[in-house]
Amino acid sequence: MSATAEPPVPGLAWGEGRAGPYAEPPSGADEMWDTAAGKVRPGWLPVLESLSRIPAAELEKRRQDIRRELRQNGVTYNVHGDPKGLNRPWEMDPVPLVIHGAEWEQIETGLTQRAELLNLILRDLYGPRTLIRNRLLPPELVYAHHGFLRACDQLLLPGHHQLLLYAADLARGPDGRMWVISDRTQAPSGSGYALENRSCMARVLPHLFRECQVHRLGGFFQQLRETLLSAGSGLTHRDEPRIVLLTPGPLNETYFEHAYLAAHMGFTLVQGDDLTTRDGHVWLKTLDGLQPVEAILRRIDDPWCDPLELREESRLGITGLVEATRRNNVLIANPLGSSLLENPGMFPFLPGIARHFLGEDLRLPSAATWWCGHRKERDHVLANLSEMVIKPIHNQAQTVFGFRLSEAELEHWRRQIRKYPYLFVGQEHVGFSTTPTLIDGRLEPRRAVLRSFLVARNAGYAAMPGGLAHISLDPAAVSINSRTGGVSKDVWVISDEAEHFTPSWRRAQLVASQQPSSDSLPSRAAENLFWVGRYAERAEGSTRLLRAILQKLNERDEHAEAADAACLLSLLQALAIQTGNEIDTEFAELGLQDASQGHEAILKTAISVTRQGGLPDMLQRLLDASFAVRDLWSSDTWRVIDRIRQDLRELTTSPIDAISGIQSRLDDFITSLVAFTGLTMESMTHEHGWILLELGRRLERGTQIVTQVRACLVPGHGEIVEHLLLESLLSCNESLITHRRRYRSVLEMESVLELLLLDPTNPRSLIYQVEQLREQLADLPRDRPREKSREERLVLDAATTLELCEMEKLLRSEQLTGRHPALEELLDHVGARLSQVSDTLTERLFAHTAAVQQLVTTRTGEEL
Amino acid sequence: MNYRISHRTRYQYSEPVALCQNIGRLFPASDPQQECRRTQFLIEPAPAAYREYTDYFGNHVCYFDIQQPHTELTVTTISDVVRHEGIAANPGVTERWENGLRQLRRGEDETSLELRQYILPSPLVPFLPAARTYARRHFVKDRPLYECVQALMAGIYTDFTYEPGFTDLATPLDEVLDHKRGVCQDFAHVGIACLRAMGFPARYVSGYIETIPPPGEEKLQGADASHAWFSAWIPEHGWMDFDPTNNSVPAAQHVTVAHGRDYSDVAPLKGVLVGGGEHELEVAVDMRRLDDEESGTQT
Repeated sequence: MSATAEPPVPGLAWGEGRAGPYAEPPSGADEMWDTAAGKVRPGWLPVLESLSRIPAAELEKRRQDIRRELRQNGVTYNVHGDPKGLNRPWEMDPVPLVIHGAEWEQIETGLTQRAELLNLILRDLYGPRTLIRNRLLPPELVYAHHGFLRACDQLLLPGHHQLLLYAADLARGPDGRMWVISDRTQAPSGSGYALENRSCMARVLPHLFRECQVHRLGGFFQQLRETLLSAGSGLTHRDEPRIVLLTPGPLNETYFEHAYLAAHMGFTLVQGDDLTTRDGHVWLKTLDGLQPVEAILRRIDDPWCDPLELREESRLGITGLVEATRRNNVLIANPLGSSLLENPGMFPFLPGIARHFLGEDLRLPSAATWWCGHRKERDHVLANLSEMVIKPIHNQAQTVFGFRLSEAELEHWRRQIRKYPYLFVGQEHVGFSTTPTLIDGRLEPRRAVLRSFLVARNAGYAAMPGGLAHISLDPAAVSINSRTGGVSKDVWVISDEAEHFTPSWRRAQLVASQQPSSDSLPSRAAENLFWVGRYAERAEGSTRLLRAILQKLNERDEHAEAADAACLLSLLQALAIQTGNEIDTEFAELGLQDASQGHEAILKTAISVTRQGGLPDMLQRLLDASFAVRDLWSSDTWRVIDRIRQDLRELTTSPIDAISGIQSRLDDFITSLVAFTGLTMESMTHEHGWILLELGRRLERGTQIVTQVRACLVPGHGEIVEHLLLESLLSCNESLITHRRRYRSVLEMESVLELLLLDPTNPRSLIYQVEQLREQLADLPRDRPREKSREERLVLDAATTLELCEMEKLLRSEQLTGRHPALEELLDHVGARLSQVSDTLTERLFAHTAAVQQLVTTRTGEEL
Repeated sequence: MNYRISHRTRYQYSEPVALCQNIGRLFPASDPQQECRRTQFLIEPAPAAYREYTDYFGNHVCYFDIQQPHTELTVTTISDVVRHEGIAANPGVTERWENGLRQLRRGEDETSLELRQYILPSPLVPFLPAARTYARRHFVKDRPLYECVQALMAGIYTDFTYEPGFTDLATPLDEVLDHKRGVCQDFAHVGIACLRAMGFPARYVSGYIETIPPPGEEKLQGADASHAWFSAWIPEHGWMDFDPTNNSVPAAQHVTVAHGRDYSDVAPLKGVLVGGGEHELEVAVDMRRLDDEESGTQT
């Protein structure tokens, strides 16, 4: 294969007068096209060849596949401050960014050198601070930086490494070399997205992937796991240390990645208040009580990690975490205080420090940077401000581009810089290189930034052979950021020689088999699973009831009108109660006097987006609760959850005008919800998590049966109405066929009550739910092992009441009203027990979010 | 002078506290000016975990947590301190302030580099141009630095009204400077802001001050108070204390507990608690002289 070989042309235009697959040569440096040499750069040819065999239309289809694939896997990037933008789908371009193996080796050497250098700087600045004493680093860059946590001074990890994880943002400068444009040192994000991008590429473009010798990513994650395990193993006497991944929660922008990595690595996903410290140790709150934690892979920024010693207002952190670190009882990756290195002010001093510490020159240059703390540099920045990138030393999100500012804005920044010169740097702005990107079926050059990932290992650092690239779709864009709507790319390091690596998926499986054991299910996850169970069941039950009501509405004209109306009213009553309201209130809210014209209106409110307890609301709660335990679902289960999300979005974006249009949508929801339930039954191990899910589901279904039977059968009805109601009840509860088969007779109250309340073999009967509750509760931890828990006693009471009841009594009705008082009493009794079970469970097992407050301190001199 | 200082802080809660985790900076320091002979430390209810260490600034710190449910927390320190008299008195003529500033700016020795962190703004003392304007008049041309700081201290004493309740912990410093009202903590912060705005290192000192009853009256128990002042770096002499609340250079009646960039580095007692509801807080400080026999010291 030579660089001059011309690939066949079906998909990508390629030929005379073109720059490879580009229509014209790119204006600046390009990753693929070497303008000076007039040819494609090494590494790219196999990729372009493979791509060119895909017809243009097919390529577009693959792009759609990628989008679908990523969406179905729930790959999202949340956007702050935009509730609608939450869970924005992750975007990936089908054309990878290719780096030839030979060049990668150089980049890798540069990256590992920089990681080592930053590691030594971190150790020094939290240790002896010789860099300041020896005037290699101006004191202001350390003392004025928010990342310098005085509470963490002298808290060094045992061993050589202080910096365990490192990520660098790279871009190719006009000189053709890769430049570091920023360092990520406290909680680098993106490696999970890189992994997901890779597995998506391998699924959607398998032959492309197979034909090119792409370096695999699996080894990086294995190394990460090993590094944390070996660092944490010195802190425990157990076989293996417990490692948790600490996330700020589902609202965080990269929450998907937290859940994804936790599941992939076999770490427990936790939020701050899942953890607590006692006696200087960190503990995880689980259903079985407190379990020790030895290592924390954190995704919370430094200042928020401990409200006692860092930022007091933090609700994300763990009180006493700094103290636990001080006692060397827990390992945090990266250690608290490492954001000190996310400091562009250090750039100009790195070459000197490299010579001092390593006796080497810096192999990877940093973007040209002037720190304003020195007069000469400040004057240079101020004089050239309109051409500079202005960055505060400690908040890279606030980067501003001088050439975009008005004169008034420039003046504002000049004042800021004069006031606090040591807090700012000016960085040279250069147009970074472009890389081929699929735009409207053609390859076009777009600017790219590459994030690389490194992890500490015995002798130094291991770099991920690949990474995460971001491009800007806007050809004129000057900055690239996933926040501002960029598109990602997989990064392929391609060697000429075949590489004998274990495929990443096989390694991944190996790692993922080490799932957190059931005893480490955090209380919060348990609570979320419980509510997933409840909401899924509530949504399903309400949908079935809605469907039954709909049927009645459609049949209304064919039969005796009065009977139908009465039946409808009872069903609507049941629906209203089940979704947390009363039918009278509904009527009042809708301003209705006459029930007969209100049916459709009520049905519509049941599916309206704004109504609390309405179907969309319930489904949204189900989705939120599922998202909060994102790491616990299999990919198939997640696909079903995604389908529910899609269906819900459709329901909310295109509201239903005509009642007739709703039937098929309700059917779709039921199918998805049943699939969800089925998948959890079949694909979750029956441990604590599953038990909680099951408890939620059984409690909800039991409550629904009580509500429906009570609303429909307790009041007296005429024979025809009663018959209609019995039929609807059975159909809502999936028991109509069974009844027909078993009783082969007209519907009678007795047989229906037997089937719906007392038949232990009917999975839709009340007693069945109660029995299931009893079984599941027996497997939960008790306060006193030999004594039944309060929930168990409540369920036993419900079960006994059901078992002891006499049908004859239940059927007895009051002469005047036709009411069934014994039935009412039974249902009320069992219903009350069920709701008590829910309350005590919540109180006993999920009490993890007790109110926390700061001790009010005295002001000096104001004691009296 | 020998003192026995007792400092009791009591919290009463409307609801039980399930867990509280705390950090205290409550032990008098031992330094060239004073010696803390002994501290008795009582925490009720008894803490489950307790540990002492030295912080970044060299202060003596304790960490403790209480894991049993409680509705009342009492933290008491009783310390015996020997205060050496007069060491921090006027050092005589010092360098002109302009020279001092030049020395500090150019100094590349370890101390000068280390001191630079006390010139930078800190969490409660931002850079305030108004502070510079205010301070400028005390920095008369060719005046020795020590005299400038003394004049600044006297200026704050004269211009500011001591008024408890006017400010709280959240009052920004520029408001204090605007209204010229506050308590010792505010005045210390003002002094620090002024010195830093002029380019000099300054730090915050927390401690105790002995109150002398009016002639003929007996001193009331608990009438003393925790106190705060500021410290300025005088080249060739080091850190020197100034108390703007009393317009005095701390000598025999001030006892230092801790120092830092501002109050946020040295809060006497911090904590995070689970539960507790509403609380009531009561603090009593008593500082009394010991006769030689009680203190066991030789004079």
